[in-house]
Amino acid sequence: MTTALGPSWADEIHGLFRTHRIGLVSLVPDAGHQRLIELCQADPAIRTVTLTTEEEGIALAAGAYLGGVRSALLIQSSGVGNCINMLSLPTVCQMPFFTIVTMRGEWGEFNPWQVPMGSSTPAVLAASGVTVFRADSAAEVAPTVEGALQLAWQSRRRVAVLLSQRLLGAKRFTEAAR
Amino acid sequence: MTTLPRREAVRRLLADRGDLVVTTGLGASAYDVAAAGDSPLDFPLWGAMGGAAMVGLGLAIAQPKRTVLVITGDGEMLMGIGSFATIGLEQPANLRIVVLDNERFGETGNQKTHTAARTDLAAVATACGIGDVRTITSLGQMDQLRNDVHRATAPLVAVIKIGAEPESKALPPRDGPFLAHRTRVALLGAAQALED
Repeated sequence: MTTALGPSWADEIHGLFRTHRIGLVSLVPDAGHQRLIELCQADPAIRTVTLTTEEEGIALAAGAYLGGVRSALLIQSSGVGNCINMLSLPTVCQMPFFTIVTMRGEWGEFNPWQVPMGSSTPAVLAASGVTVFRADSAAEVAPTVEGALQLAWQSRRRVAVLLSQRLLGAKRFTEAAR
Repeated sequence: MTTLPRREAVRRLLADRGDLVVTTGLGASAYDVAAAGDSPLDFPLWGAMGGAAMVGLGLAIAQPKRTVLVITGDGEMLMGIGSFATIGLEQPANLRIVVLDNERFGETGNQKTHTAARTDLAAVATACGIGDVRTITSLGQMDQLRNDVHRATAPLVAVIKIGAEPESKALPPRDGPFLAHRTRVALLGAAQALED
């Protein structure tokens, strides 16, 4: 379901962030994350940090974990490649790490420059030691995110949830730039 | 420009450090901190190049009542140079970044970095909106810097111009789970360190 404010699954993720005590959300914006970003920014219990590049968020999450704060990183698939070496930090130190990746370069993509990283994102994450889950429909989002959050913190794993382009809707270049 | 001996500079920086939390870049800056005395409040990186300042920001956000000091090198800071913009945006009152600038990639054969030519990391930090930025060129400035690291109420960046001659390797522990756990125990207590 999509309300006038945005997709209701974004509200469900935000609710899970509250129940799982996510205190820090770092991000490189994506249109698919817009509603969730707005919810996090409006929440006094969540500190949001805008990054210049995605790997900053990996190191930030590691520091926050050392200091006892749970965090989440919101990025799009084109930024996954930027994270590869920095993922060695939570992997080597056996730290929990949680990210939600909005997918580009798949279902209905207009921009061919998004396709290479969109295609390689699951394999790149897996090869970097990250457990990957994927939600293709609105109904799958909340249970997928909840299971991923539990795995990340209860079992101290590096975990990514991919939100598919079919779920998000392909970006429309011919109507209006976003 | 005169330069400082790096080990002596870091030793003075960490004198009577109290409960200062320290994270380092990989390589010589980690060795300098280890040479000053290993501590559970030290989290040295052995990789993740470019990440030191952001590990410091994460610690500073999570532990707002403690002072967090990042000690790294010019090559490591150059790789994470965007972190200055993120820190300038966030203005963490309890974060300090000290760049040991020998204008060299010391671990790989002392090749020149960008700071050997025209890049001025202090100017970059200033341009990113960090208000308290200093360039240190003599040991006589270290006592003031050490005191300001503890007393400052806004983010502070100091670029210390150090000599390029290599020091002996003083290796900190490199086992990741050990390093993370001992820092969490020191910051959170033994019981909470085993939970979240």
